[in-house]
Amino acid sequence: MTTATTAAVGAVGLGKVFEGTGRQRIEALQDIDLAIAPGEFVSLIGPSGCGKSTLLRLIGDLITPSSGSLVVNGKTPHQARLDRDYGMVFQQATLLEWRSVRRNVELPLELIELSKAERAARAEAMLDLVDLAEFADHQPWQLSGGMQQRVAIARALAFDPALLLMDEPFGALDEMTRERMQQEVLRIWSRTGKTVVFVTHSIPEAVFLSSRVMVMSARPGRISQVIEVGLGARRDDDTREDQRFYEAITEVREALRHRQGAVGGEPVREATS
Amino acid sequence: MTGWRRYLPPLLAFPAVIALWEVLVRAFGVESFVLARPSAIVSSFVANWRVIRSAGAATLIEAVGGLAVGVVLGVAAALAASRWAGVRRGLVPIATAASAMPIVAVAPIMNQWFTITSPVSKMMVVAVIVFFPVMINTVRGLSEVDPGQLELMQSLASPPRRILTGVRIPSAMPYFFSALKVASALALIGAIVAEYFGGPQDVLGQYIINRANLFAFPDAWAAILVASFIGIGLYLVVSAIERLVMPWHVSMRTGGPP
Ligand SMILES: Nc1ncnc2c1ncn2[C@@H]1O[C@H](COP(=O)(O)OP(=O)(O)OP(=O)(O)O)[C@@H](O)[C@H]1O
Ligand SMILES: [Mg+2]
Repeated sequence: MTTATTAAVGAVGLGKVFEGTGRQRIEALQDIDLAIAPGEFVSLIGPSGCGKSTLLRLIGDLITPSSGSLVVNGKTPHQARLDRDYGMVFQQATLLEWRSVRRNVELPLELIELSKAERAARAEAMLDLVDLAEFADHQPWQLSGGMQQRVAIARALAFDPALLLMDEPFGALDEMTRERMQQEVLRIWSRTGKTVVFVTHSIPEAVFLSSRVMVMSARPGRISQVIEVGLGARRDDDTREDQRFYEAITEVREALRHRQGAVGGEPVREATS
Repeated sequence: MTGWRRYLPPLLAFPAVIALWEVLVRAFGVESFVLARPSAIVSSFVANWRVIRSAGAATLIEAVGGLAVGVVLGVAAALAASRWAGVRRGLVPIATAASAMPIVAVAPIMNQWFTITSPVSKMMVVAVIVFFPVMINTVRGLSEVDPGQLELMQSLASPPRRILTGVRIPSAMPYFFSALKVASALALIGAIVAEYFGGPQDVLGQYIINRANLFAFPDAWAAILVASFIGIGLYLVVSAIERLVMPWHVSMRTGGPP
């Protein structure tokens, strides 16, 4: 069993409150305990506004917790960020529009001060991986939303971070591309042994990708249930037809429905206006 | 609308307007002090070519010199304001208020401070006029950065200096250039108005005043025409620099290839 201290990501009693005036105060996350083992692939799923992005941003040290503790690779998240342990893919592609596709992928490589030749080689390989090699010299605005998101994924992978934090990276993709990207991410994951924390709205996606799915509930944001996906490490198109795949999907769906209805549970607290 | 086709309508319209002007002025026998005929303006231009050319050059130097000083100071102030919150809070409201003042009103003062006979006094008027829009726009460009891009740089533990050079300055470029285009027009206005307040005679402002006082209106119009061409020229130069410095933005705007 992974404990909070040996984990790649360990949280105990983690909470986040966005201070505002009066009713604008939002308790985005409350009492989060989690332990993600090194090399594990974990998905966060839950209704919109339940704090998935907030949890990811806490782990990535883009915001600081209001309560509780958080350890990443045995370090504070801040130290982990300074050590460049994080590859982040945001909900928006956030490419720099004055850089070509290639130079966007090279951005983290410039920051870790790789040589020019090495940067070019890595960028090339990463763009190949996301099937955009021929668009290397295009400008971001010449690409579709889904293509831009693939550039962002290539950028996050380029400098080989220990931890991948992905916030709905495939939201803008069509179903076919999405399934191909899922396979790619899985391939990269099994080859490199990275720890991945993956936010999604899609139940099949969460189940297909993850070793565990953490189901979250809203107001205040909590992890309401953790579902082990017993699909083994090897997953391909056949997995999508597997009986166990459907069972896990049903399990996650019920966990979500149970929570969202909040029938018989604690009364729904109105945190926002 | 690509390439030269874009310029076709104005290229056709311009001679048509001139021709109409000539015909109407002749047909109605309008006096030259009311409105000069284009043909009279052109012949004045040819006859006084040397004088107008050297006056135009002198005015151009004042405008460009002042523009350079104003832009350099404006950008420096903007960088300081984006670097230090204190500077920003102190300077930006003052700059906003100051830019609302009719700044040509300082021309007589600049003429005294920097010697009325020296072109520097005209440049300083121009610099003061140019400074505020450049500074205000550049501050806005440096601060109105996509928060997602800042977060990306933060997630990569980018040093602050890289965030400035790699994100803030490129983001500010479109703001800077739109200010620079306005400033290049203001620079010429500033230079000519400053000349109206006195100084050396061999400049466009003085030429226009002197000719108008002598009722030599075609001469005055010829000089005004030269001033317009200088203005257009400055604008084109700024556009060309813009294209050179940030091809990504120009092509994004026009939708063409980079
Ligand atoms: N910077 C912020 N300031 C104030 N409130 C915030 C901030 N960021 C998030 N919140 C609030 O925290 C809650 C959780 O937001 P979060 O973005 O984490 O949700 P999410 O689960 O990622 O939703 P979605 O699936 O729509 O992306 C929301 O109620 C939101 O309003
Ligand atoms: Mg989100």
